[in-house]
Amino acid sequence: MTVFWILAPIMVLAALCILFVRKAVHAALLLAVVMMSLAMLYASLDAPFLFAVQIIVYTGAILMLFLFVLMLVGVDASDSVVETIRGQRLLATVLGLVFGATLVIGLSQVTWGTVVGLDEANAGGNVPALANLLFSKYIFAFEATSALLITAAVGAMVLAHREKLTPKEKQPEAAARRMREYAETGRHPGPLPAPGVFARHNAVDTPALLPDGSPSQESISRVLAARGTIRSASVDDVDDVQRQLSATESSESSESSDRADEQEDGQ
Amino acid sequence: MSTEPYILLSAILFTIGSVGVLVRRNAIVVFMCIELMLNASNLALVTFAKANGNLDGQIAAFFVMVVAAAEVVVGLAIIMTIFRTRRSASVDDASLLKY
Repeated sequence: MTVFWILAPIMVLAALCILFVRKAVHAALLLAVVMMSLAMLYASLDAPFLFAVQIIVYTGAILMLFLFVLMLVGVDASDSVVETIRGQRLLATVLGLVFGATLVIGLSQVTWGTVVGLDEANAGGNVPALANLLFSKYIFAFEATSALLITAAVGAMVLAHREKLTPKEKQPEAAARRMREYAETGRHPGPLPAPGVFARHNAVDTPALLPDGSPSQESISRVLAARGTIRSASVDDVDDVQRQLSATESSESSESSDRADEQEDGQ
Repeated sequence: MSTEPYILLSAILFTIGSVGVLVRRNAIVVFMCIELMLNASNLALVTFAKANGNLDGQIAAFFVMVVAAAEVVVGLAIIMTIFRTRRSASVDDASLLKY
């Protein structure tokens, strides 16, 4: 029971955090915490086979699949805060609390019999005992499972496969398309501006400044914009430079103020 | 060892999972909450196996795991397909069949 009382608060806390975290990756990691704790609970409940299967199948395979899909879907897929149905969150929370209270009250009224324990059933080892059951009493369910797994594998392949309807765009076609776009819409055919140019330090998360001092949104990666990790190099930095220059100006002659004006013009 | 704390923990985890399905909008997180509910029911099954002294509960939990694995594979493939066509993983955006 010591294992249980250590793990249960961790599990409930991690599960509750899944409801509140903004990013899906954090939810996946919290779910991994819950599943590993469950595996340990299985071990304490005399189920060593399920302990291994829980770690291998759930944390090993299913959660990795979740993380793969999160990687493919990308960071743009964060939750929106706007409610489609008004008051949905509140209602869902109230309903959930009522449901939980019903479950807990119902369970507290049940009289639990004495625990028999698995010492007798596990006498020849847990895995041989499970295998005996699986290949005798549950053989039809086992066979149906194989059909289910085949169907799932084929279904995933069909759903995830994308037929290529148009030929792949190669370098000549790309060049022709860029020039056509330039002729039709006036879009610049060359590469996008590099980040960090005219900013105080060169970094991919700092947008380039246009001649009028405004940051160029085209110069930074869309992914960084979605993550919200873009550093501004606009007004603050210009002010900073001005302040530094005025500090040196107080000690030096009026020659440096010309330089400050020059710097401002340059920015 | 008594059975009740385990079953109560299972009920709490199931409730959290169901609230998550109702509250969260990202389809992948909704899927994670479904997994949480399946795991909670597994805990109850394994506990009952120990309380009753036979292994049928563990077999049932094993089958739940297999079905969950198949379900996740197909579900995530569907989410991928929807994301590819609509550029969104929110459950509210896939509402074309409503009208």
